[in-house]
Amino acid sequence: MLHLPPMPLRLNRADMTVREKIWQLNWSLIALLTAVACIGFATLYSAAGGSLEPWALKQMIRFLVGMTIMVGVAVVDLRFWVRHAYLFYGIAIVLLALVEVKGTIGMGAQRWIDLGFIQLQPSEIMKITLILALARYFHGATLQEIGRPLFLIPPLAMVMLPAALVLKQPDLGTAMMLVMSAGAVFFMAGVRLWKFALVLGAGLAAIPLAWEFLREYQKKRVLIFLNPEEDPLGSGYHITQSKIALGSGGLFGKGYMDGTQSRLNFLPEKQTDFIFTMFAEEWGMIGGLVLLTLYALLIAFGYAIALRCRSQFGRLMAHGITTTFFLYFFINIAMVMGLVPVVGVPLPLISYGGTAMLSLLFGWGLVMSSYIHRDLPVSRRGLHDD
Amino acid sequence: MYHDNDRAKLFSRRAIMLGAGKSVLITGLAARMYYLQVIEADKYAMQAEDNRITTRLLAPPRGLILDRNGVPMAINQQNYRVMVVAEQTPSLDYTLDALSRIIPIGEAERTRIHKEARRRRSFVPVSVRENLTWEEVARIEVNAPDLPGIIIDVGQSRYYPLESLGAHIVGYVSAVSENDMSDDPLEELPGFRIGKGGVERTYDLALRGRAGTSSLEVNSVGRVHRELERHEGEPGIDLHLTLDIRLQQYAAQRLGDESAAAVVMDIHSGDVIVMASTPSFDPNSFNRGLTTEEWKDLSTNPRAPLTNKAITGQFAPGSTFKLVTALAALESRDVNPDMRVLCTGHMQLGNIKFHCWKKEGHGSLDLVGALKNSCDVYFYEVARRVGFEKIAEMARRFGFGSPTGVDLPSERSGNIPDRAWKRKVMKQPWHPGETLINAIGQGYVTATPIQLAVMTARIANGGFAVVPHVARDLVVDKNMRSRPTPDWPSLDISAQSLALVRRGMFAVSNEAGGTAYKARITEEGMWLSGKTGSAQVRRISMRERETGVKKNEQLPWKERDHALFVAYAPEGNPRYAIAVIVEHGGGGSAVAAPIARDIMLEVQKRDLARATTEPSGPPDSGTEDLRRF
Repeated sequence: MLHLPPMPLRLNRADMTVREKIWQLNWSLIALLTAVACIGFATLYSAAGGSLEPWALKQMIRFLVGMTIMVGVAVVDLRFWVRHAYLFYGIAIVLLALVEVKGTIGMGAQRWIDLGFIQLQPSEIMKITLILALARYFHGATLQEIGRPLFLIPPLAMVMLPAALVLKQPDLGTAMMLVMSAGAVFFMAGVRLWKFALVLGAGLAAIPLAWEFLREYQKKRVLIFLNPEEDPLGSGYHITQSKIALGSGGLFGKGYMDGTQSRLNFLPEKQTDFIFTMFAEEWGMIGGLVLLTLYALLIAFGYAIALRCRSQFGRLMAHGITTTFFLYFFINIAMVMGLVPVVGVPLPLISYGGTAMLSLLFGWGLVMSSYIHRDLPVSRRGLHDD
Repeated sequence: MYHDNDRAKLFSRRAIMLGAGKSVLITGLAARMYYLQVIEADKYAMQAEDNRITTRLLAPPRGLILDRNGVPMAINQQNYRVMVVAEQTPSLDYTLDALSRIIPIGEAERTRIHKEARRRRSFVPVSVRENLTWEEVARIEVNAPDLPGIIIDVGQSRYYPLESLGAHIVGYVSAVSENDMSDDPLEELPGFRIGKGGVERTYDLALRGRAGTSSLEVNSVGRVHRELERHEGEPGIDLHLTLDIRLQQYAAQRLGDESAAAVVMDIHSGDVIVMASTPSFDPNSFNRGLTTEEWKDLSTNPRAPLTNKAITGQFAPGSTFKLVTALAALESRDVNPDMRVLCTGHMQLGNIKFHCWKKEGHGSLDLVGALKNSCDVYFYEVARRVGFEKIAEMARRFGFGSPTGVDLPSERSGNIPDRAWKRKVMKQPWHPGETLINAIGQGYVTATPIQLAVMTARIANGGFAVVPHVARDLVVDKNMRSRPTPDWPSLDISAQSLALVRRGMFAVSNEAGGTAYKARITEEGMWLSGKTGSAQVRRISMRERETGVKKNEQLPWKERDHALFVAYAPEGNPRYAIAVIVEHGGGGSAVAAPIARDIMLEVQKRDLARATTEPSGPPDSGTEDLRRF
C-alpha cells in the first residue's frame, strides 16, 4: 500500500513558504518519474547504437528542464491554477489554431510550431490544459447543477473545440485521447452514467459517418490493425515487425544494446512511438513488466493524491492528469503490441520528444501542487475561502 | 463548502470504479506481453532470425582436368566483369553513357540492365558485361573517376586451353537448366555452371567440390552489416585422365578433316590413351555463349562435330567382325581349325547368291588365310555351320551389344541381332541369309569404335574382360581413390582359339598379300597385327555387279563405305589396342589401316611404359604450348 507522510500541521494554511512547500514535495513520486525517465535515457542511448547523440542527451536536458518546471508548478498555490485555468486553456487553443495556420508539415500531419528553440506540439499541451479547464469548470458545480443537461454544454464545447482542431491536423489518436480524458473528468465530476451511455450510443451510430471523414491513411491504419498480416511489407510492416521484436525478446530479452530488430532497422520509429518495442526486445518480458509496474505505481500515486485532496478542483485535476498519463502509456503499449490501431501516441517520459515530456511533467507538477495544497480549501473562484 | 461531502463520496466511489478499470487494462497489457514474449516467443524469435541473417553460398573452385602427364585440359580462369551500383550513380543512364564510350553497350543490354536494376535494391550491383579483356579492364580502371557507380569484379569461369583438342572427352560446362536441378545448393548460385558433356559431366559432383557458406547479418533493406560466420567450402577434386594429350593431338591431326574416330587403349589396365573424334568443337564457345549461327553450323554439320563418335557412333563393323565369327566357330567346335573352304567369289544359299568382295574368288583357304584375305565366302560357310546365335553370344562376350562401361556419358550400345530381336523389332522371322550377312559385320550388326577397341584388347590380352576408362583414379560421387590392380574376369576362351585368331591378324598386317600388309610397322619390336574392315552402307544391285561395282571415289560421300581397322601392338607382347573408323572413308586397308599404323607407331615411340611406372613427368610439362606440335 501507498504510504503517505502524516499530515503536517500547517497544510491548511494559505501562507506556506516556498521552503515549506519544497519540504512537502512528494519525493517518492519524483523518484518514480526519474526512474521511468532513466529507462528512457538508456533506451534512447541504445537506439542510437550506444551513443548519447542524437537522442539521449537532449532527452536528459529536457527532463531536467521539465523537472524544474514541475517543481515550479508544484509550489505555485493551487488557487492560482484555479484562477488562471481558462487562460492556459485559451493559450493552448490559440497555439492549436496557429498550427492550423502556419504549422510545419511533419509526418504528413500538421502538428508542430517551430519556435526556433523548440518544436512545439500544442496538442500535447492541450491534453493538460483541457484537464485544467474542466477541473476549474466542475470545481464549483454542485451535483444538482451537474445534473442539468444545459450545464454540460459549455464543458462539452471546451472538449469539442480542441478535439476538432486536432482532428483536422489530422491526429486521430490525440483527438480520441482528449475526448477520453475529458470523459474521465466528466465522470468523476458526477455526470450520470446514462448520459455517457447516450453519448457513446450516439458516437457508435456516427461511426459510419465519421468513417467518411477519415483521411485515406487513417482508414488504412484501422484496416491494417484489423488484419496486419495482410500486408506485411506495406503498412502492416510496423505492427508485424514490432510484434516480432517483442516476441523474439522472450522472457529475459536479447540483452541491452543487442536488440537485433531495432539495431538492424527492422523497427520503425524506434526512438519515438515504438520505443517500448525496442525496450522489451532488449529487456524481455521482465523488463516490460518492471516498466509497467513503475507506470502502475505512478497511477496509484495519482489516485492516492486525488483521493486525499480536500478541494474538488485538486481531486478532478489530479485524477484527470493521472488518467491522461494512463491513456498515454496504455494506448502506446497496446498499439505496439498490436492491440489497438497505430496512432501517434508516445510512451510517456520515455519516447523521444520535447513537448510531450515538458507538458507531462507540467501535468505532474499540477498533481503535486494539489498534493502540497491538499488540505487547502479552495473557493468557487479560486479565492481563499475562510 | 458546496455539498462537498456528497461530491467527495461520489468521487471516491467513481475513482474506485475507474481505478479498477485501469488495473484490468494494465493486467491486460501484462497478459498480452506474456502471450507475445513467452507463449509465442519461439515463433517470433525465428522470424527475427530470418529477418536478420541471410546465408550466402561461396562457390568452390571447380576441379581441374589434366591429362596423364599433368597437362591441363580444363582450368579456371579469372573472369573480369563490370558491374554498376545504381545508388552510387547520379543516374544509371549517365554512367552507362560514360561507360559506353569505353566498351560498347547495346540497346538490348541497356534495357536488361535497367530491368535488373529496378528489380533489385539500389545498392546491389548489376552486371553490365562479363569476360572483359585485360585491356578493357585497364581502360575502365583508368577512367574510374568519370564512371560513378562502376565496379569491376573478378569471378571464375571455366577455360579449356586446348580448345577443340580432346573436347569430346573433357566435355564442357554450361548453366544449370531446370532438368539438371538436384538438391545441391550450389546450383542456385547465379552463374553456376555444371558439367554437360564428357568427364565434366561424369565426374561433375567430384569436380564441383562442396559449397562454403557465409552467414551475413543484414538490415531491413538487405544491406550487409557484418559477417557472422564463414565456412570455407572444399574445392573440387583435380581429375587426372588416362589420355596422353600429345598422342591425342597426333591422332586428331592424322584423322584430319575426315568424319572419323580413333581409340587407343591399354589392353591390360583399360586406360584409354587416345580417344579422338573428328571434327571437334571448341568447348569454350559454350561458356562464352554461342551465336545462333555458330550453333546452327555445329548442330547441322553432317560430320557431327558435337558427338563423340568413338562412343556414340554406331557403325557396321564390316570385316573386323570376322574375328568374332572366327572365335565363335573355333569355340563351338563345329569348325575344325584346319578346315578349308573353296572361295569361288560367291556362295549360293537357296536361290540367293552371296558375293565375296573379290569377284574372282580366293580359292581354297583355311582360317588364317581367310582372315588374312578377309574372304567373305569362308565366313559365310562358317556362319552357316555355326548359326548366328553362337556368333551373337560370342560378340556379347567381347563387349558388343551393350555399352562398354567407359566413364563417359551417352555411350551407345550398338546392336547384336538375334532371332528374338528381329521378331521383336522387325516383326519378321530370321532368314538364313541374314546369318551370312551379319557374320561378316553387315546387316543389323552395329558397333561403336570403343567396342571394337575393347574387342581387340580382349583378343590381345588373352581373353580377359577389360573395361576401358578415361579417369586415372576411381572416383565415386565425391571420393577419389587409386584404381586397384586390374583383375578382369576371364571370358573363357581357349588359348588355342585366341592364338589362331591372333595368327590370322598377324598375317593380315605382316604377310605379303594380307589386306593391311601395306600399312605394316617395320620397326623392330613394334609390329602390329590387325584386321581391316570396309562396311558397305548401300545396297549393290545385281545390275551394278554385272556392269562392275563402282569404286568408292565414284560415289557421293554419303554412299561411300566406312573404312575400319582394328589392331594390337607390339606383336609378341601386346600392350595397346586400337580401333580406327573413317566414316565414308572408303576401304579399310587403304584408308583406316595407315592411320592406325601411324598412331600405333607414335604411341609405342612415346614409351608410355615409363610414363606410367614412374611418377608422371615434371609438372611444368603442362606449361608447354601443345598447339605448336
